[in-house]
Amino acid sequence: MNLHEYQAKNLFQHYQIPVPKGRVIDDLMDLESALAEVKSSGWVIKAQIHAGARGKAGGVQLVSDEAEAKVVAKRLLGSHLATIQTAGKKLPVNALLIEETLTIQQEFYLSLLVDRATKRHTFVISAAGGMDIELVAEASPEKILTVSVDPVVGLMAYQCREVGFALGLTGNAFKQLSTIMKGFYQLALDKDVALLEINPLVLTNNNELIALDAKVNIDSNALYRQADLVAMRDIRQEDEREAKAADHQLNYIALEGNIGCMVNGAGLAMATMDLIKLNGGEPANFLDVGGGATPDRVAEAFKLILSSQEVKSILVNIFGGIVRCDLIAEGIIQAVQDVGLTIPVVVRLEGTNVALGRQKLADSGLSIITANGLAEAAEKVVALAKEHQQ
Amino acid sequence: MSILIDQNTKVICQGFTGKQGSFHSEQAMAYGTQMVGGVTPGKGGSEHLGLPVFNTVKQAVAATGATASMIYVPPAFAADSIIEAIDAGIKVITCITEGIPVADMLKVKAVLTQSDAYLIGPNCPGLITPNDHGSGCKIGIMPGHIHLAGRVGIVSRSGTLTYEAVHQTTQNGLGQSTCIGIGGDPIQGMDFIDCLRLFEEDPQTEGIILVGEIGGQAEEEAAEFIQQQVTKPVVAYIAGVTAPAGKRMGHAGAIVSGGKGTAGAKSEALEAAGVTVVASPTDMGSAMLTRLNRR
Repeated sequence: MNLHEYQAKNLFQHYQIPVPKGRVIDDLMDLESALAEVKSSGWVIKAQIHAGARGKAGGVQLVSDEAEAKVVAKRLLGSHLATIQTAGKKLPVNALLIEETLTIQQEFYLSLLVDRATKRHTFVISAAGGMDIELVAEASPEKILTVSVDPVVGLMAYQCREVGFALGLTGNAFKQLSTIMKGFYQLALDKDVALLEINPLVLTNNNELIALDAKVNIDSNALYRQADLVAMRDIRQEDEREAKAADHQLNYIALEGNIGCMVNGAGLAMATMDLIKLNGGEPANFLDVGGGATPDRVAEAFKLILSSQEVKSILVNIFGGIVRCDLIAEGIIQAVQDVGLTIPVVVRLEGTNVALGRQKLADSGLSIITANGLAEAAEKVVALAKEHQQ
Repeated sequence: MSILIDQNTKVICQGFTGKQGSFHSEQAMAYGTQMVGGVTPGKGGSEHLGLPVFNTVKQAVAATGATASMIYVPPAFAADSIIEAIDAGIKVITCITEGIPVADMLKVKAVLTQSDAYLIGPNCPGLITPNDHGSGCKIGIMPGHIHLAGRVGIVSRSGTLTYEAVHQTTQNGLGQSTCIGIGGDPIQGMDFIDCLRLFEEDPQTEGIILVGEIGGQAEEEAAEFIQQQVTKPVVAYIAGVTAPAGKRMGHAGAIVSGGKGTAGAKSEALEAAGVTVVASPTDMGSAMLTRLNRR
C-alpha cells in the first residue's frame, strides 16, 4: 500500500526526519490560510498522487506570489495527472501540498528497503540525488552505496558515519544524517515498511539536510497490525477493477489484449498469458482465482474479465489440485449462465475427477469448448479470438 | 533415495486441529505419509484424526521422534510457529501459509541461518517424495495422485506450475524423485541453489526441472551455480514473459522492477549455463525426456 507524500512527511516528523514547512489542502478555500501559515518568499505547490516523476508532468509548480499560487492551485486541484510512472493512467489530484522554498546546495538520494539478496533491511544511498536511481545504477553504479542492517544488532553508528563521510557531509548535516538513518530504520520496523525513499534529500545553504520528497510503501501482508496506516489508504488512487478483484480475493491485472484468462495459481496464470502470446494472441488480463475456486468467485472473475469491451474469447485454465474438477465444472456452468456469456469460452481442466468435469461441461448445452491439454486450449482460444475480432 | 523426506519420515502438523491442518493431515495420511501427531497450543493431551495432540513442538518431538513439520497456521502466527519448530530441532519445516509480513520473515531468516534446519516456503505448496505404489511422503497441499516415483527432481516458485511439470513427467513415464515448491515470497527458506545442491547429490535424481518466474535474481544465481556445480541435465521454464513491469503478479515476489528480474534475462542466464529453457510450459516434460535420452 502506498501513502501520499504529505502522509509520509507526517510520519517522518514523528521520527525526527526533517521536512520542509508545509500544509496540505483539499479545498481551494483553504489556500490563503495555508500560504499565510507557510511563511516563505515563494511556495512549491505539489499535486498529491500515488506516483513519482510529477515534476516533469507539471504536478510540481514553483510560485512566487499569492496570485500565481491561486492560478496554479485552481488548475491542479481536481485535475487528473499522468506521469511516466502511471502506465498511461491519469490519477486524480484530490489534495495539494503547499511548501516553503529552500535554497539548495546539493541533492542526495536515500532509501531503505527489504533486500531480497541479503534478506536484510538495506539502505541505498547516492550522491546523485533528484535523478531516477535506476538510471544512476545503470550508468554509474560506483555512485551508489549500500548498507545492510544486521537485525540482531540493528543499525550501528559507524554505518551512519560511513555514509556521512562518503557524502562529504560536515558539522550539523553529518549529525543529521545519523538521525535520519536511525529514524528510517525505526520507522521501517514500527510500521512494516517495504520501501522508504527520499529523492532528493537536500543540503541547504544553512548546512541542513531536509527531505524534499517522501515515498512510503507499506507491506500489504502486515496491514492487519497497522490500523493507523490503513486509515490513510486512498482508494481513489488505485485501479478500480484491481481493488474490486481484491475484495473478492481475486488477483486481477488488466492488460491490453483481447483474450480473457481465468486461472488458478499465480505462476500458472502468468504461464497461460505467455502461452497465449506464444500462439499469436494477446492476453487481456492476469487473473488468479486462487486455490478455492468456488462458483461465486468464478462468477465474479467472469464479470471482471467481461468488464473489458475488448475481450473476444476466454480461456479458463484450472489444474484442480485438491479441488475436484467436477465441482469446478459446475461452478463454471453456473457462472456462465448467471453472467449470460455471449463470447466463446475454452476450458482446460486437469487433475482430480477430470473426466467427470469434462463430461459435465459437454452436457451443459452451453457454448463451452473443452480442450484436452493446455497446448490445445491455447491454440483454440487464439483462433476463436481472431474469428470474433472480424 | 530422494531428498529431504521419504516414506520413513515422521511428520507432525502445526495448526493440526484447524480446518486446513485437519484436511491436509488427512490427505497426507491417505497418501501414506507417516503422520505421528500434531500441535495445537491448549489442546495437548487430546486426540485428533487418531493421533496425539501436543501443546508444544518440543513435547511432540520428544514423544514421537518427528523430524519434519508442516505448518498451517494463520499469517500472524506463522513466524512464531516456524521459529518454535527450529528451536525444537525439527530438520525439515514446511510452511504453507500465505501472507506472512516480510518483517517477520527477516526474523525467521536470522534464526534459520543459525540452525541446520531446512525451511520450505512460506506461501508454497510444500514438498513430496512419491514411492513405488502410488503413495509416499506428502507434506503440503499438492494432489498426491498425479505423482509417479521416478527420475526427475522438480523445484518451483509456483504451486500449480509444479503440478504441470509433475503431470507431464508422469504422463511420459519419467516420474519424480522429490518435488519442492519453494514458494512465491521475496524472503523464503530454501532457494533454488539449496535444492539443486541436494538433487545433484541424490543418486535417484537423474535430471532436474526448475520452474521460475519474474522478480528477484534467484534464477540468475541458480544459473551460476548450475554452471559451476551441477552435472545433471536441467530443464527450465520461466513464467511471466508477458507480465507488465512494475506490477506484482499474484505472488509477492513476482515483480519486474527497475528493468531487473525479467523472464528474458533469467532465460538467457540459464541458457548460458547449459540449461534447456522451454518457451512453452507444455514442453517441460518432453524437453526433460529428450535431455535424458541424449545422455
